[in-house]
Amino acid sequence: MTETTLTYPDNREPSAFTQAELGWLPWLEPFPSDQLTERHWAGLVDPSRARSPYFLLLARDPDVLQARTKADKDIFYNTSNGLPRAERELAATAASRSNGCIYCASVHSRFATQYSKRGNDIQRLLDEGVDARVDPRWDAIVDASVALTATPLDFGDAQIEDLRKNGLGDLEIVDVINGAAFFNWANRLMLSLGEAAPSGKTSS
Amino acid sequence: MSTISFDIIDHLADIQPGSHLDELRSQRPQARENAQKSYSALFDPDDAGNVSALERYAVATFVTGLHRQSVAADFYAAALQKLDRPDIADIVDAEITRGLAKGPYGRYPEGPLSTEDEEGPDYRVFPGHEEILGARLAAALQHAHLLVFHPRDANPEALQKLLGAGWSTTDIVTLSQLVAFLSFQIRVVAGLRALAATSNHTSASSGEAPVFTALLASGAL
Repeated sequence: MTETTLTYPDNREPSAFTQAELGWLPWLEPFPSDQLTERHWAGLVDPSRARSPYFLLLARDPDVLQARTKADKDIFYNTSNGLPRAERELAATAASRSNGCIYCASVHSRFATQYSKRGNDIQRLLDEGVDARVDPRWDAIVDASVALTATPLDFGDAQIEDLRKNGLGDLEIVDVINGAAFFNWANRLMLSLGEAAPSGKTSS
Repeated sequence: MSTISFDIIDHLADIQPGSHLDELRSQRPQARENAQKSYSALFDPDDAGNVSALERYAVATFVTGLHRQSVAADFYAAALQKLDRPDIADIVDAEITRGLAKGPYGRYPEGPLSTEDEEGPDYRVFPGHEEILGARLAAALQHAHLLVFHPRDANPEALQKLLGAGWSTTDIVTLSQLVAFLSFQIRVVAGLRALAATSNHTSASSGEAPVFTALLASGAL
């Protein structure tokens, strides 16, 4: 079987960070949705993800996808204690802004706004970049996420002290680390396996 | 509750059962368990498909080496050494030195963000090394370098190069997950190590002496 990449000469790839909904087009053929086995469904975790070309592509290695999805959910949705959801999304947005993942940043900046009700502050982070100053606590979370995103890593005592000074306890700091680290995983997949597209434009 | 079985992040971050960091990690049990399952699925897969252990550990050694995270890099390099291809291990080691850079850099789609474009190296395996690595592994290292340092430069042509070197669509998904997962694992380990180091500074005065002692005894500091 001949395998090739998929390209979209007519796609007008978004060229600015936005909180608007975007689409995503895969550069490789997703797993055919009519051939999904039990192992693939387990990998997708939520059956609704079988409609996403991104998750169908990742379903080609279903065991990794399953573990990745479950880790993702605990890092972001387990808010019985620790960092509020809004600030986990802020860490995800900062990592995505730093790596340059316009699609990832659109999704997670939208969540950050939804949970914090601070859409203008989030938009400044998107427009001005990770050096935008918002308030000391958010700045500390953004700075720590960006330092952790650098290669080689730039993260250490200074970032932890800054987070502590701004009221974060150790579990909350773990949530910042997990949230930013996870987006160093997600950004690399979204950026390298497909491209962003204007709203609603996804491959069939 | 602490885990008894081997956990790679605990191992690399030197987190001892019953320590403060162990207790913190136990509050995100699914994240912990599934970070471990991701590692197992990539390095001890039930179904390895076409991606060999040699390819997995060679790429992992390269990625952790490029991050200059010595504990993780030593761990994967030791695993690579056990696969009895010292020639490949030596070349990967040399290619790490050749590939060192500072990221994230790269270009944005042309427009308002173009002012933020940052140039960086377009890494290629040393031609003399490609012969020993083979086209497939050489292409994988080049793709891994792109993902580690400048993922926003990715494009379909980069994937076409992998296809041309013998990577199938499914193999490319596995390779991409491997590099992206390690980018996560390295950062969690470094983050937790930094947190453990500073927790020590404060714990002596906050009634956490047993944790302090346990960390000292473990050599984690």
